[in-house]
Amino acid sequence: MALSGNPLKGGSMNAPFKFHGGIHPPTHKTESNTRPIALANLPAKLVIPLHQHAGKRAKPCVSVGDYVLKGQKIGRPEGRLSSAVHASTSGTVTAIDNQLVAHQSGLSDLCVTLIPDGLDQWIDHHGVDYQHTDHSTLRHLLRQAGVVGLGGATFPSDLKAYGNSNKIKYLVLNGAECEPYITCDDLLMRERAADIVRGAEVLRELLYAEAILIGIEDNKPDAIAALQQAVHASQHSAIQVISVPTIYPSGGAKQLIRLLTGIEVPAGVRSTELGVQCFNVATAYSVWRALHFGEPVLSRIVTVTGNVAQPQNFEVLLGTPVQDLVQQAGSLPNTNGHIMGGPMMGVSLPSDQVGITKATNCIIESSPTLFPPAAPTLPCIRCTRCAEVCPAELQPQDLYWFAKAKNFGKAQEFHLFDCIECGACAYVCPSNIPLVTFYRFAKSEISERERETQAAEQARERHEFRQLRIEREKQEKAEKLAQKEKAAETAKLAALVTANTEEIDPDEAIQQRIDAALARAKEHAAINTAPNPASQSTEP
Amino acid sequence: MITALWVMVSIALFLGAALGYSAIKFKVQGNPLVDKIDAVLPQTQCGQCGFPGCKPYATAIASGEAPINQCPPGGEEGIHKLADLLGKEFIPFGDGAAPKAKSVAFIDESTCIGCTLCIQACPVDAIVGAAKQIHTIIAPQCTGCELCLAPCPVDCIRMEVIPEEISNWKWRYPVIPLKVAA
Repeated sequence: MALSGNPLKGGSMNAPFKFHGGIHPPTHKTESNTRPIALANLPAKLVIPLHQHAGKRAKPCVSVGDYVLKGQKIGRPEGRLSSAVHASTSGTVTAIDNQLVAHQSGLSDLCVTLIPDGLDQWIDHHGVDYQHTDHSTLRHLLRQAGVVGLGGATFPSDLKAYGNSNKIKYLVLNGAECEPYITCDDLLMRERAADIVRGAEVLRELLYAEAILIGIEDNKPDAIAALQQAVHASQHSAIQVISVPTIYPSGGAKQLIRLLTGIEVPAGVRSTELGVQCFNVATAYSVWRALHFGEPVLSRIVTVTGNVAQPQNFEVLLGTPVQDLVQQAGSLPNTNGHIMGGPMMGVSLPSDQVGITKATNCIIESSPTLFPPAAPTLPCIRCTRCAEVCPAELQPQDLYWFAKAKNFGKAQEFHLFDCIECGACAYVCPSNIPLVTFYRFAKSEISERERETQAAEQARERHEFRQLRIEREKQEKAEKLAQKEKAAETAKLAALVTANTEEIDPDEAIQQRIDAALARAKEHAAINTAPNPASQSTEP
Repeated sequence: MITALWVMVSIALFLGAALGYSAIKFKVQGNPLVDKIDAVLPQTQCGQCGFPGCKPYATAIASGEAPINQCPPGGEEGIHKLADLLGKEFIPFGDGAAPKAKSVAFIDESTCIGCTLCIQACPVDAIVGAAKQIHTIIAPQCTGCELCLAPCPVDCIRMEVIPEEISNWKWRYPVIPLKVAA
């Protein structure tokens, strides 16, 4: 875990470590990173999905016809792993129904449709002084502000900003942005570096981390300079800006942690257990906005590039339909699709009407000239070029073989779940095999089976317990019946005995009863007359 | 000659004692094969196999009384697994035993009269309710066995197929065109 330079000293340096493999695809970043961030126009309609984060979908807390203010909560988090969703601007809720969302399945999900009134009127909001607020309150505020990882995984940040009894040494801030075409983090770092550093400081506090390491690919010299300046201005001594080599996928959390600290995070182990936590730079920015200004996550920076007249970064309200956004960059005629994310890991959108979510870092307009149809797939020739570039040091050719044959046990043995689906293997494959789709298929199939096995196990337990209970009830009933019978028998016997004694002398029994009644009457009279002598004695 | 006999007899006695001791000491309770088969079965406890639950069916398979293609909820994959486990040939489902889409029971609460008959029928205690109170299904615990349908006197229970949603969506097996159509 030794660093060649001391991160506690501050300043800038080059990444001291390397990871295995990686590729150098054409970056295509200069198209969009020469223009400043523009504010996207207010669309006529916002379609805000209620499931914009990892975990459970937020529960709608407004109804159709409600007038909502900008920043008002429209979905409250449900369950521990969930986050809040807010109205991106003021307006009227016109529908809460299933609509197409930006998801690889092409299925629809619950969305809130909001018609903006154009006033953009804020709800009453105010920030807190994070230094004088306890950590659980800060985490609660982050959850209620809907702050999630903006790098793409959208994991709720309040759950990540928690050391969980592990000693956190390094807080890694991910500004690598290794995917081609995407420049949203680059522009954010250039223009809003000070707030990123402030947000990082809050996260460091929450994690009790010793040092902050900000990793940025060396093809973003402006961003590196801006952050260095911000770090210098903030006068924090334990923040270090580190430039990492431009090699895909250096922006993968595990790869960046390896580059900056030399720590390798195995599958199934959380990086916090090894003393490292990783956040995206945009997340740090929204943490600061949420805590210091009380602004929930209502917008994000989105790169619009590809087949457009003017590729540019926009600050976009969440829920803005993709169509509205790309129009502002000037969509060109022969567009044949929209890709959300980068060309390596992105998903192609089912429609241009889906709303921008917290996970949308980039919209690439594809065209036949930019992304020509894939060449025909040929059989695997086991050249192992994929193994050479795999950043997780796997054997992709074997994994492909097992996934294709649905030999899932073997795939797991070959550490399928260490695969980060970066697509480097498919990029270099001379046979044009879409390798990642096989790994995704195998992964989701294995997860599904595990869920099913668990459900079966539970059903078995419940069934066995039920059998046990029925058996026990039967036994208890039998015991009770036996007891009752026994009691009845003894009662019968007792009755017989008393009857026998009475039979001997019935007259005497009657006399006994009369005597008893007389005695009772006497007693009664004695109680009634008792106070009389006392009252007499008091009279003179 | 005598010595040899003594040696043989003592060896026989020693081995017999050792075997006898281990037969008592390491006795396996129940049939381990039944548990292995039971682990492959889907635990819906539906009785579609003709046995009152998964365990009895597993016992019947282990003793060779039942064929391995009697479990529709397990699907064809279940038959493959059983065939692998038992070293038998795969046999397809018979007529009328095809697997159905996964579903859960749903009680129409406006019709339910609270008779508790379905509660008694549910093999996994996935129905809550009391006499003359509306009953309801605990959907995550429901195995979709359909055993509650028959006893209901007012037919207020129906099976609902679990729809494909984003939360349970999974990647399909990739289909790759080997040749680009001309």
